[in-house]
Amino acid sequence: MRRAGLRALLAYALLLGFTLLFLAPVLFMLVASLKPNEQVLAEAGTLRAFFPDTVGLDNYRAVFERVPFELYLASSLIVNGLIVGLGLVVNAFAGYALARLRWWGRGAMLGLVLAVLVIPFEAVAIPLFYQLSWLGWRDDWLVQAIPFVANPLAIFLFYSFFLGLPRELEEAARVDGAGVLRTFFAIVLPNAKAAFASVAIVLFLFHWGMYLWPLLMTTSEAVRPLPLGIASFYTLPPLQWGDIMAFGVLMVLPVVLLFVVFQRWFVRGVASTGVKG
Amino acid sequence: MSRRHPGEGAAAWLLMTPALSGLLVFLLMPFGLAVVLSFSNLRMASPLPLEFVGFSNYTLAFTETGLARALLNNLLFALVVVPVQTALGLALALLLNRPLAGRAVFRTLFFLPVVFPLSLVAVVWVLIFAPGPDGLLNAALGFVTLGAWEPRDFLNEPFWALPAVMLTSIWQGAGFQMVVLLAGLQAIPRQLYEAAAVDGAGRWRQFLHVTLPGLRNPLVFVVIVTTLLSFRVFDQVRIMTRGGPQEASNTVIHEMVRTAFDQGHVAMGAAMSVVFFVVILGIALIQRRLLRQRGEVA
Repeated sequence: MRRAGLRALLAYALLLGFTLLFLAPVLFMLVASLKPNEQVLAEAGTLRAFFPDTVGLDNYRAVFERVPFELYLASSLIVNGLIVGLGLVVNAFAGYALARLRWWGRGAMLGLVLAVLVIPFEAVAIPLFYQLSWLGWRDDWLVQAIPFVANPLAIFLFYSFFLGLPRELEEAARVDGAGVLRTFFAIVLPNAKAAFASVAIVLFLFHWGMYLWPLLMTTSEAVRPLPLGIASFYTLPPLQWGDIMAFGVLMVLPVVLLFVVFQRWFVRGVASTGVKG
Repeated sequence: MSRRHPGEGAAAWLLMTPALSGLLVFLLMPFGLAVVLSFSNLRMASPLPLEFVGFSNYTLAFTETGLARALLNNLLFALVVVPVQTALGLALALLLNRPLAGRAVFRTLFFLPVVFPLSLVAVVWVLIFAPGPDGLLNAALGFVTLGAWEPRDFLNEPFWALPAVMLTSIWQGAGFQMVVLLAGLQAIPRQLYEAAAVDGAGRWRQFLHVTLPGLRNPLVFVVIVTTLLSFRVFDQVRIMTRGGPQEASNTVIHEMVRTAFDQGHVAMGAAMSVVFFVVILGIALIQRRLLRQRGEVA
C-alpha cells in the first residue's frame, strides 16, 4: 500500500514537471503580451517573465492600430469555414458511396482514394500554383479553400465510420421506398454525428495554421489569413515583442476556446486518425 | 450484402463526383504536372522556349543547389525528433493511463500546443531563443547549470539552429503522440495484465510483454507520421531561420520554395517536389510493410 502511494506521488511529481515544461512558453507569451514592450526582452531571463509587475492592454490596442488584424481573422474564419463546411459534405458523400453502395467502379475509386493519401500537399504546391496562375486564379479566399475541400483522409475516415454503422437502419428506410439520397439524409446523417464532429475537428486543426499555400497564393492583405499576418507582423519595424505576443494570444484564442469546449471531439478526432490507420 | 437497388449506381456516381473532381484537379493533375515540369527548363519570366532537358534538373538540384544538404538536415531532424518525441509522448501517455485525479486537466495541458499554429509557435520560440544571458532559454540553462552555461545565439549559430527548430517542433507535437498512444493503451484488455501478474510478471515485464506488443500499431503509426512530418518541415524554418545560418537548418520544402519562388527556377522546384514525393512514398511503403506483417500474425 505504501509503495502504491509513493508511486502515485512520483507520477504527480513527473506530471507537474512536464506541465511546467509544456506550459512555460504559453505562459511566457501571455505575460509578455500584457506588459510594456520594453520590459519583455529585458525581463525574459527573470521570474518577471512569468509574474509581471505591470499589466495592461496597450499591446492589444497596438495590434489593431498597426495591422488590419480583423481582416486576417475574417480571412482565416472564411477560408476555414469553407474548407470544413464543404469538406464535410463532399467527403461524407464519397465515403458513403464507397462504404455502402454497390456500383461499377467502386473498387477502383477506393483504390484511388487510398493511393492519393500518399501524396503530401507540399509535393503539388509548386505545380498547383502554376496551374491556377495560368487560369488567372489567385489572391482570393476561394483559392485558399477549394483545393482542400476534397480530402482523401476525410473520405477514408467517413468510409471507415459508415462501414461500422448498423445496416438495419437503412434497410428499413429502403423497404419503405426511400431512395439512396433520402436514406442518406434522413437516416445516415443523423446517426453519424460523431463522425462528422471528428472529421470537422481534424479538417479545422489541419488548416487553421496553414502557411505555405496562402504564402504562395495571396498578395493582398485583405485576403491573407492569420498565420501570414503574424509572420509579417513579426518582421514589421519597430520590433515590439509585446505587440507580437498580443497578436499571438489573439490568434490562438479562438482555437483554444473551441478546444476547451469541444475537447472530447478534438481528442477523439485526432486519435481516430491514428488508431484506424 | 442485400440485393442491388434501382438507381444505386447513378446515385453513387452523383455522390462521388464532387470529391473525385477535387482530387483529380487539385492533387493528381498538379502531381502529373510536377513530373512533366521537372524535365523542362521552365523559369519564371524567362523568354527561352520550353524545352525537354532530361534529368539535368535532378542532377543539378543535387550538385548546384542546397537540396543534398537539406535532405541531410531533414534526415537528422527525423533521427532526433522521432525518437525523442515518441518517447515523450509514450511517457506522458503511460503517466496519464493510471487512475490519477486531474487526468483530464493534464491531458488538456499537454495537448494544448498541438492546437497552436506553427507560425505562432515559431514566433514565440524566436523570443524564447533570444541571445545573451537575458534570453529565456539562456537564463534557464544558466540557472540549471549554476552559471556554467555560455549564453548562445541559438538561431544564428550553425551548430544550434537545427536543434532549436527540433526543440520547437518537439514541444508543439508531443501531445499528438500522447493522445494516439493513450487511445492505444486504453484499447489493451485489462485481463492481459491480470494474466501476466498471475504468471508472476513484474511491472517492467508487463510493460515489455503486454504493453509494448499491444501498442505496436499505434506506435508504428506515430513513428511514421512523425517521420513524414519531419520531411515536411517548412513553417518554422521559414520564420525562425530562413534555412540559415550557412544552410544549417535548411529543409527540402524550404529549398523547394526558395528555388521555385525566390529564384524563379520553376522546373528545378518541380524536380525537388518529385524527389520529396519519392522520399515520402518510401516511408509510406515501410509503414505498409510493418502494418501488414502485424496483420499476418494476428
